[in-house]
Amino acid sequence: MQTQQRLFGGALAVMLLAAACFAGGIAAAADGGDHFGIPQVKFINEQIAAGWADAGMQPSAAATDGEWCRRVFLDCIGRIPTSEELGRFLADSSPAKKADLVTRLLGEDYVDEYARNWTDVWTTVLIGRDVENDNVNRSGMRQWLRRAFSKNMPYDQFMEALVTASGANANKDGIENFNGATNFLSGKMEEGGVQAAAKTAQIFLGLQVQCTQCHNHPFNKGKQNQFWEFSAFFRQTRALRKYEQTMDIQSIEMVDEDFAGEGGNPEEAELYYELRNGLKKVAYPVFVDGTEISKSGYLPGKMDDGKEYGVHRRKELAQLMKGSPLMPKVIVNRMWAHFLGYGFTKPIDDLGEHNAPSNPELLDGLGAQFREQSFDLKELIKWITLSKPYSLSSKVSKGNTRDDPALGETPKFSHFYLRQMRAEELYESLLTATQADESRATGEKAAKKKDEWLGQFVIAFGTDEGDDSTTFNGSITQVLMMFNSELMKVATGTGKGGFLDRIASGNTKNAAKIDALYMAALARKPSAKEVSKANDLMIARKGDAIGALQDIWWAVLNSNEFIMNH
Amino acid sequence: MTRFDSIPAGMNRRHFMSHLAGAAALAAPATAFTNSILANVSDLKKRHKSAILLWMGGGPSTMDIWDLKPGAATGGPFKQISTSADGIAICEHMPLMAKQMHQMSIVRSMSTREADHMRGRYYMHTGYVPNPNVEHPSYGAVVSHELAEHVPDLEIPPFVSVGSGSVGPGFLGMTWAPFVVDSNGNVRNLDMGIDPARVAQRLEMLATIEKKFIGEKRGGSADDHAKVLEKTVRLMTSKQMEAFKVMKEPKDVQEKYGTTGFGRGCLMARRLVEAGVPFVEVDLGGWDNHADIFPTLSDRKLPELDKAMSALVSDLADRGLLDDTAIIWMGEFSRTPNINAGAGRDHWARSWSVVVGGAGFKRGVVVGETSSDGKEVVSEPYSSQDVMASVLKSLGISLETTFTAKNGRPMKIANSGKVIKELFA
Repeated sequence: MQTQQRLFGGALAVMLLAAACFAGGIAAAADGGDHFGIPQVKFINEQIAAGWADAGMQPSAAATDGEWCRRVFLDCIGRIPTSEELGRFLADSSPAKKADLVTRLLGEDYVDEYARNWTDVWTTVLIGRDVENDNVNRSGMRQWLRRAFSKNMPYDQFMEALVTASGANANKDGIENFNGATNFLSGKMEEGGVQAAAKTAQIFLGLQVQCTQCHNHPFNKGKQNQFWEFSAFFRQTRALRKYEQTMDIQSIEMVDEDFAGEGGNPEEAELYYELRNGLKKVAYPVFVDGTEISKSGYLPGKMDDGKEYGVHRRKELAQLMKGSPLMPKVIVNRMWAHFLGYGFTKPIDDLGEHNAPSNPELLDGLGAQFREQSFDLKELIKWITLSKPYSLSSKVSKGNTRDDPALGETPKFSHFYLRQMRAEELYESLLTATQADESRATGEKAAKKKDEWLGQFVIAFGTDEGDDSTTFNGSITQVLMMFNSELMKVATGTGKGGFLDRIASGNTKNAAKIDALYMAALARKPSAKEVSKANDLMIARKGDAIGALQDIWWAVLNSNEFIMNH
Repeated sequence: MTRFDSIPAGMNRRHFMSHLAGAAALAAPATAFTNSILANVSDLKKRHKSAILLWMGGGPSTMDIWDLKPGAATGGPFKQISTSADGIAICEHMPLMAKQMHQMSIVRSMSTREADHMRGRYYMHTGYVPNPNVEHPSYGAVVSHELAEHVPDLEIPPFVSVGSGSVGPGFLGMTWAPFVVDSNGNVRNLDMGIDPARVAQRLEMLATIEKKFIGEKRGGSADDHAKVLEKTVRLMTSKQMEAFKVMKEPKDVQEKYGTTGFGRGCLMARRLVEAGVPFVEVDLGGWDNHADIFPTLSDRKLPELDKAMSALVSDLADRGLLDDTAIIWMGEFSRTPNINAGAGRDHWARSWSVVVGGAGFKRGVVVGETSSDGKEVVSEPYSSQDVMASVLKSLGISLETTFTAKNGRPMKIANSGKVIKELFA
């Protein structure tokens, strides 16, 4: 059944792409041909446009070049462009300049920043925000993720490495078998790895199985036995804690061992789970599509006579996940939501049958294409960022006022959805806008500093599942930080040689200095009204030019326009 | 460094506030902004209603605390003790609360369906099951939204969450979001460190940019941002921020509540209620006892809870605040009336207890009953909606109130829950 589905998904996408190419001439005339010669971009544009037609909606006008440039920097490398980067893009008159910029952002010039951004994103996905969790080593997780994104590891290998990782989770003196990928599961192995099973299914297959641990799910078709059969794949795995002399955790080592089974027969190593009525039932490893693997609890080995025995359950699981049609769809959905603000389902990691996607053909087609293009994340990013929906203004127009997912409507992507920067993006953008950190550090030291800063927003709920949340969500706490924090004092500092000092002491008129502040933060020039207000400040500061610029800069950085990706 | 609450030389508070009034153009009329300085301070002492939610994150085992089953095979080792309320017995590890039970009531017939942490937390906080298309407002947002108009002089947020994030304001918007603080009462980043007149000028510049962006019709979050800015400015200039300074309480009072995070949180809740805050949530996590539940409860969780909760109830009563302050004790669900192989209890929502008291509630009664093994409710079962409706009634909030969700759909307050009659005289 699983193979059938996969073929169907692939065939469908090929058909749709063929149709897209066939209609090429007409479509090119209609949409100006701006798909940059990339069939997948064309496919997206046509699928989305069909949705507009069905809903009787008109897309908004295109975003300005400045808005688009700011957007694509934020989403690809996690910060706004510098004035120089923005200026270069605005001055470029080539029709291919958007494709050129995306290629540059995904290329060698920005490889460290690209890796830093996606390391931030995936650290939160894989181990949450809680910086005080002893069962993970955030630094180790990041080191592994940075390397994976620096070399653009194909997504199927990325997933396999995380699900099957063994070794020590921390990179410390005296540890020889460091493997940062182990941090994904190092804190999820208690009680036979039920959290490992739940999170693996959720993140990589889009299946929300946490409820079916205890009972058959009332809404989706998840059955309790499926949860335990899935969790059986993690029963050979143990997380061993090693302690320092201070009794702090030095590292956690993920190891695979023979699993004797709860009944004591390793040839058929079972586990037992309890039904609501108290009955015990048995479970062996079975994948979500019904594929069974060997029931043996032994790791692979050879008898003296050369006969092979045993099975590596997590490795088998990774192979089954690689083949699952759900795997590419979940990552396409996740990436689409990253760039467009909403995915094709809500939540993005629930692709269960009860939760139908808004654009099923597009999701299937992109998933199949992603598989065909060897799970290359940078290719997927290119398709999305060069698509028409990504190019639209965030200004709502007459033809699409109804398209507001914040009101619970299904997203039609007829305008760009306004959203707040993530805390990490804000932090990096402040450093960029103020050039507070010329080298734009991407290493572990900078990451730790950022972690300390992020810690002030984290709320841990203190359950076994490690749920957490953030107050960096438009709250008063966030506004107070933007108004008054140390970080803001640095960002608006007037010290010699700093950002404001260089602008203030430049050989330009006041108007040009105000322009420079606006371009650096908002990628636009000030309006007449804003110029007039800024001049009021110049007068109020009575000749203290840098003081006035500081006030303007503070206001610009505190604005909704700065903190929103728009 | 200039503090906002110390008036700079040559400028009185009213003058300063009028400077800041420029920022009020962000959202509300300027008058709303300057009202606070015109009001007589003693007006704040007027009677106002409040609620305190003691949130037990993780799902506490209520059959080991409020509804013991001595003798049942899976009843656990704890004994029950009698209390100051006739006929009510609770866990032996809650001796201080046993002396306060005449002030509180237990609902022993809760029966709900959400036994996942995230879903249960959402359901018990909002009265609604999670729905991908609409975000419902939580208790704190609903109560503060309804009661804030009775405390027009309140300059600090009307919904404070101590030690946890609670659940958000949903379609009521970010202005009703919880203000999250730690239990030490430290609020970061309160001081801009420059002359207030200059702060006001900066805010005027900021208001110009905000208004331009909002005028471009890019979506509601731009507008929300401006409203939160205004609330922040109000808070930064307020003397009422003193209410958070829990360490200023006399030592003996601090010790009565217990020198724990939850103890300080409960003490802060009392201070905030005194200052007029309509809703305070205090979090005590660590109830997700899948393993070794009994020593965890008897040695750590219950003593911490017992001390702080009993101090809060008696302190509110002594100060004459209990009649106007509802207290709600609950978690997202309870734990199985079975003991698992790891000597723990797992998630269970079918039969469990919540505790309420104060405000308009009848005190010292038990509502409902569970079977002798604790596995079934044998009286009329109650839901999250019913508890919410009862809490709102105890605060004098009309259950006829209807909200309009962002998509225009009308939403009855408390999801049309029914008042639990036995909780009212």
